[in-house]
Amino acid sequence: MRRLLQHPSLAFGLGATLLFVIAGLASLVWTPYPIEQINVARRFLGPSPEHWLGTDNLGRDMLALVMSGTFTSFRIAALSVLIGAGIGVPLGLAAAVWGGAVEWVVLRLTDFMFAFPAVIVAILIATLLGPGDANAVIAIGIFNIPVFARVARGGAMSINTLDFVAAARLAGLGNAAIALRHLLPNITSLIIVQGTIQLSLGILAEAGLSYIGLGTQPPATSLGLMLRDAQGMFLVHPWLTIVPGLAIVFIVIALNLAGDGLRDALDPRLRQGTNDVLA
Amino acid sequence: MTAFIIRRLIGFAVTLFLAAAAIFAVLNVLPGDPAQFTLGLNASPRAVEQLRAQMGLDRPALERFFEWVFGMLHGDFGQSYTQRAPVAKLIWERVGVTIPLALMAMVISAAVGLPLGILAARRRGKPLDTMLMVLAQTGIAIPNFWFGMMLTLVFAVGLRWLPPGGFTPWQENPGLAFRSLILPSLALALPQASILARVMRTALVDVTGQDFIRTARAKGLTLGEAVWRHGVRNALLPVLTIMGLQFAFLIAGTIIVENVFYLPGLGRLIYTAVSERDLVLVQGATIILVLAVTATMLVTDLAYALVDPRLRERVAP
Amino acid sequence: MSLLEAQGLSVRFGTQEAVADVTFSVAPGERFGIIGESGSGKTMTALAVSGLLPEGAASEGSIRFDGQPLPANERAMARLRGKRIGMVFQEPMTALNPLMRIGAQIAEAMSINLPEGASADAVMALLDEVGLASLHAARFPHQLSGGQRQRVMIAMALASEPDLLIADEPTSALDLITQRRVLDLIAEICERRGMALLFISHDLRAVAALCSRVAVMHGGRMIESGETGAVFGAPRESYTRRLVAATRLQREADEPAIGTVLLAAEAVTRDYADRRWFRRGPALRAVDGVSLSARQGECLAIVGPSGCGKTTLARMLVGLDTATSGSFRFEGRSYRGADLPAELRRDLSLVFQDPFGSFDPRLTVAHSVGEPLRLEHGLDPATRRRRVEEALVDVGLDAAMLDRYPHEFSGGQRQRLAIARALVTRPKLVVLDEPVSALDVSVRGEVLALLARLRAEHGLTYVLISHDLDMVRTMADRVLVMEAGRIVEEGRPEDLFDTPRHRLTRELVAARLPDVG
Repeated sequence: MRRLLQHPSLAFGLGATLLFVIAGLASLVWTPYPIEQINVARRFLGPSPEHWLGTDNLGRDMLALVMSGTFTSFRIAALSVLIGAGIGVPLGLAAAVWGGAVEWVVLRLTDFMFAFPAVIVAILIATLLGPGDANAVIAIGIFNIPVFARVARGGAMSINTLDFVAAARLAGLGNAAIALRHLLPNITSLIIVQGTIQLSLGILAEAGLSYIGLGTQPPATSLGLMLRDAQGMFLVHPWLTIVPGLAIVFIVIALNLAGDGLRDALDPRLRQGTNDVLA
Repeated sequence: MTAFIIRRLIGFAVTLFLAAAAIFAVLNVLPGDPAQFTLGLNASPRAVEQLRAQMGLDRPALERFFEWVFGMLHGDFGQSYTQRAPVAKLIWERVGVTIPLALMAMVISAAVGLPLGILAARRRGKPLDTMLMVLAQTGIAIPNFWFGMMLTLVFAVGLRWLPPGGFTPWQENPGLAFRSLILPSLALALPQASILARVMRTALVDVTGQDFIRTARAKGLTLGEAVWRHGVRNALLPVLTIMGLQFAFLIAGTIIVENVFYLPGLGRLIYTAVSERDLVLVQGATIILVLAVTATMLVTDLAYALVDPRLRERVAP
Repeated sequence: MSLLEAQGLSVRFGTQEAVADVTFSVAPGERFGIIGESGSGKTMTALAVSGLLPEGAASEGSIRFDGQPLPANERAMARLRGKRIGMVFQEPMTALNPLMRIGAQIAEAMSINLPEGASADAVMALLDEVGLASLHAARFPHQLSGGQRQRVMIAMALASEPDLLIADEPTSALDLITQRRVLDLIAEICERRGMALLFISHDLRAVAALCSRVAVMHGGRMIESGETGAVFGAPRESYTRRLVAATRLQREADEPAIGTVLLAAEAVTRDYADRRWFRRGPALRAVDGVSLSARQGECLAIVGPSGCGKTTLARMLVGLDTATSGSFRFEGRSYRGADLPAELRRDLSLVFQDPFGSFDPRLTVAHSVGEPLRLEHGLDPATRRRRVEEALVDVGLDAAMLDRYPHEFSGGQRQRLAIARALVTRPKLVVLDEPVSALDVSVRGEVLALLARLRAEHGLTYVLISHDLDMVRTMADRVLVMEAGRIVEEGRPEDLFDTPRHRLTRELVAARLPDVG
């Protein structure tokens, strides 16, 4: 905890992120107004005591929409990170530890996956199955896989050459055991930092996909979807785009600060262990 | 060096081929019956039969796949079902919007981001550095299409300097066409410039700590001179890799930004094709996008090898 | 008048003092050496004197060059440094810009500092002076060896015809023969050009060979200084005495009994295929038909220059790599390397060279030292813990340290832990790969004494890999000399070093610097 306070950006970033997550989770059980409640008479209202963030073109409460939309964005981004890390990290580790043919296959696979940005995958899936937020999760998740595989492989390779791995082999550990016992714990902080980065990228990606109609579909709501709804009329009613847009900006900044802070906080401890020069 | 180039080109071709296979598989094999899929469940059996004949679905998938690939190599991407025109022609028209847009965005982001990154690195720890990094941090967080909307509000509606959307073809009015692309490319460029600034700064700071900078100073250069003469070029290596990756994202990003500005680019074409289930069109447009992305990465790799002599002899796994 | 004069020099990082109240001077043309181990402040002193202190360092005291204080303006200092001081640093591998050709880098040193600028002829002349062929000028750093890169550094340092050459550990990263050559080169150049030399190193013999006056630094302070012969011959401070004693290692008096052949290698060869795409190039032969035998209780040493294949041989021996042809025999069972039978693995172990990389920073010492016990089945946790404790006590450490993490130990202690790990399975044969070369000089003696004691107590057999002839002389019963994958000479240490027959052995013995004191 003390260490947390030493890094202001980490503390601030984590704190802000937590705030948004809580708001998002809260939307599952309570929102100021139900998000489906349409009240055309009270549309395009600015901020007021009854509607803290005003109402949209159908009279829905913007705060409620933002809370619910935040939850959707986080959910989709988090699931994609899980997919990316869950598949990517083992692939990267396998490539580093086994080398040879395994590494070649993994590298070709990651090269191949890098050729398909999330948008393109989303397009393909949407053509097949129609749009939806599962679509977004899979598309973003697939693109996360080569990212995590690269990071895991890079980190594992630099550790693989250290003597304690050779010592473990001498002690009879096989490749899988070495990957699990020695490599994985030492790359965990790398993965966590990358995870926060991919989380923020995922939120941006989800917003983009929903905006062009390939992601979240009504009646569910997401921040990107709110922007889509506002597309037709934002020249006249800019408030409808400013609110969800700023929400995205703040969430992503919070996540990036947390990620940067994490990197600073975790790195020196790692370095201290292996680069101590004094005899 | 030549062995390296040949290896890379082969890798490029293989990746492209596999990508084509994957796209074909997803769009032609997975839906079961592509013709039925395109027309929907309520279509009459006769209409489905007609479309099946037209699409040549009575032949095996593998044969159709190779026919498609060979066709593409000759410039024939098939016939669009919904628009009754060759896919290649449709794509070519749209590419004239998407590619210039992506290029403009790349140039702007590099021209703005890289110098700012260098500046921030040289003034590390000082207020200017912090301010620039805060700006960059914000820039990354702003969705490019939302920024596009904001830009439109300010420059098109508020100040009326630039058109809010739409596009006149290059042949008709190049000046107006160019002006139509300014706001969209600025929208795309903002997050990219921010990323480049951050990456450039980090790379330069890393390089400054390297031993050869100390050697340069020992020769009689000040820190600033040493970093400028020796550091920047070395720092460009990781930056180059990022730029290549970013261009790929840019191309994908144009699809979304075109929506904001009602630009008739590849993005709108794909979107329409998807909603109308025009498989041939989606196929063709997707492979073009994948081609653009893969080609960018190939160029980046080659440029990297050009700059870094160590790579030319290395035996890649 | 002295060329360089430092008075009461102190360098501080926040509250930490790296250099405290250091005073010394170097006269024109004089060769002055500073001895110190890591953490002594010797490098910081060199950086302070040349105006290259890192960010966050605050310095006090006065430094005068040629009678004038060092300029405060960065640019003026940089120009002074370039023109009149030449510098050579430790790591040749990272000290050159990887993207620039050698010739261009040397030419830059000239164009900054000389009014006439650089010329191709001048660059060639410099390369010639440092003993490099002129074709290297068009090459990139990664195409040169460590020794060659260090020569390039020297050439760059000389380009502006400086009055003072500062060399900070210029040869520590090089192998024995190259070390001697580079040192000789530096001495010769200083002589010929009448340059002053500030030579900083932990290697007493190197400093003694090159310098007429010497100073000893410890904990940031200069504890002793004077004429070389006086300081090393009759040291006043106990630390200096320890350092001098550490250069003269004693052989243990009692000779353990030597028994039958325990380990044998028969015509072992290790090839690396050239895996390039289009060309089936010749294979790289790291080990070429090596046959050897180690007898029970013996200490067999394998020496040779870097790249001779001794480490590859050691790795195959313990099962980390596999021979392309030939085989090993251990306790009557034969194997080719990675196929070493599991039951035999606990009778063989390896102590690594680098104490800082040989322990997983995330695991406790108990975990790491106890890891080899997996090779023994049926041990319950209590027994395992006891065995680990025994091993720790055996190497002179406290069993209470079991639950600490590696970064809490010093280098010497970590090497003891590495030995404990190697002994925890009670092996018969231990391979020692450069066991003390990464340790500070003053600590080496203790670790070697420990190894000798353990050999006697447990009847161990050692296979010792090293390039340090003096260490080998004190420890080994028999020595094998390797070059380019082959054994070129064999014999007892005294015989080999006093009357070397093979060319390589002669070169190795000749590269040895004279004793100190």
